[in-house]
Amino acid sequence: MIPAPFDYVRPDSLAGAVAALAEAGEDAKVLAGGQSLLPLLRMRLAYPEVLVDLGGIAELRGVRDDGDFLWIGAATTHYEVLHSSLVREHCALLARATATVADPAVRHRGTIGGSLAHADPAGDLPAVALVLDARMAVSGPDGVRELAAADFFVDYLTTAMDDGEVLTGLRVPKVWAGWGFHYEKFARTAQSWAVVGVAAAVRERDGAVAEARIGLTNMGAVPVRARAAESAAAGAGLAAGPLRAAAEQADAEAAPPSDLHAQADYRRHLARVLTGRALAAAASG
Amino acid sequence: MGRVPRVHTTIDGVVYQDEVEPRLLLIHYLRDRLGKVGTPIGCDTSNCGACTVHVDGLSVKSCSMLAVQADGCAITTIEGLAPDGGHPVQRAFADCHALQCGYCTPGMVMAAVDLLRENPDPSEAEIREGLEGNLCRCTGYVNIVRAVRAAAEEMGAPGARIHPAPEAAVLPGGVPGAESAAHASAPAGGGTGR
Ligand SMILES: Cc1cc2nc3c(=O)[nH]c(=O)nc-3n(C[C@H](O)[C@H](O)[C@H](O)COP(=O)(O)OP(=O)(O)OC[C@H]3O[C@@H](n4cnc5c(N)ncnc54)[C@H](O)[C@@H]3O)c2cc1C
Ligand code: FES
Ligand code: FES
Repeated sequence: MIPAPFDYVRPDSLAGAVAALAEAGEDAKVLAGGQSLLPLLRMRLAYPEVLVDLGGIAELRGVRDDGDFLWIGAATTHYEVLHSSLVREHCALLARATATVADPAVRHRGTIGGSLAHADPAGDLPAVALVLDARMAVSGPDGVRELAAADFFVDYLTTAMDDGEVLTGLRVPKVWAGWGFHYEKFARTAQSWAVVGVAAAVRERDGAVAEARIGLTNMGAVPVRARAAESAAAGAGLAAGPLRAAAEQADAEAAPPSDLHAQADYRRHLARVLTGRALAAAASG
Repeated sequence: MGRVPRVHTTIDGVVYQDEVEPRLLLIHYLRDRLGKVGTPIGCDTSNCGACTVHVDGLSVKSCSMLAVQADGCAITTIEGLAPDGGHPVQRAFADCHALQCGYCTPGMVMAAVDLLRENPDPSEAEIREGLEGNLCRCTGYVNIVRAVRAAAEEMGAPGARIHPAPEAAVLPGGVPGAESAAHASAPAGGGTGR
């Protein structure tokens, strides 16, 4: 189908984008890679009057070393994230999960900021942002603010950003040396979204888990930290048995949906099984 | 709804300058405005990949990009991949019977060329993963995977001689590297400089 008509602006600075959004009011929408928005426009599930394209804003793109943090610009494409040596070095979990997003052509256009701002519960990157303690940098007419990932995702397709605000990037603390990572995704067909996904980070000491972090994709309206399983994993031996036992609590904090892809109880089962696998893989990698 | 943006593009080596409605999808610009109907539309959901073209050397689903977003870009469609339709990937698709109805083929070929740019010597699993954004309702993919492997070898994949893929061994003309000299000038990246 053909999208409904809209006006299009392509500012060349962040300030220009914020001004364009303020001028256009609530019927404006940000356009990043378009890989979620254009299908919605084509199905006429969204009909903004103005699209503010971030594609011309160089300052929103790229990965750089920022002291104690890694800065990842919101308009950095999935492809660029995958090819960033800084990402591989400081937050390999993000590269692992990004490699499972969609397919190569979608990854060439889709952006990390778009994936986070879209806040799809089935999206792979929100749970990763949660596990990595990423801070979301947001700019709007009232200035700049920073939100913890845990406060950023508030509901189904809804973030804590106000109308007129732009996600400019994320800051990931460089505290992950010595951790192993894995992203375990269960999807039924090629290029499809996760029925359930598990982002795991494990720090090992003396042949046991010193600390574990677990984030769940599509186990609720927002990404979920599986804190009960994290505590159970701490101190567990690195063999599959103890890690699987800890993973039995993976769904304790989750409220998974029932939809055409899976029933809630099946999602709970998947979360436990996939968490066991993700912890084992993270512990050995 | 007022302003009609102008877009400047280079498409299959030709420079275009046009006024386009913002909502015009790149695929509709290519097909309906420029008459480049070699690139088909297969779905409404960005899933099928039939519409795949290269934008600045990278595969993109042209139904999922606005024509205005292509301003300043170099685009290669299936029509511009090789002047005579003789890109090694195109020839391998014909040789390996990698198509039946052919509807997915333009997108499949463009995705495969991009895959080989990134990974000139892919394994079968890597080919399947690299083409996961392209759906084929006819072939069952087996011959498509063979064709990409055969093209990789013809284009000089270094590992081909060391680990010939089992399927490749039975291909007509599948002697690794035997024909590569004759086609050394074919633009491996679709002529977009990557
Ligand atoms: C076939 C297909 C399969 C896919 N599979 C997966 C998958 O398996 N896993 C997965 O995680 N994703 C998947 N995706 C989605 C993909 O990751 C998108 O790239 C992503 O969801 C959106 O990023 P984008 O840059 O394209 O954003 P857009 O589509 O441009 O925007 C999406 C939304 O976010 C808003 N937005 C974008 N950027 C900003 C910003 N900087 N500030 C404020 N608001 C902003 C827009 O206004 C819009 O509402 C798939 C997409 C397709 C087409
Ligand atoms: S037409 Fe199906 S992905 Fe573009
Ligand atoms: S050959 Fe018919 S869809 Fe692929």
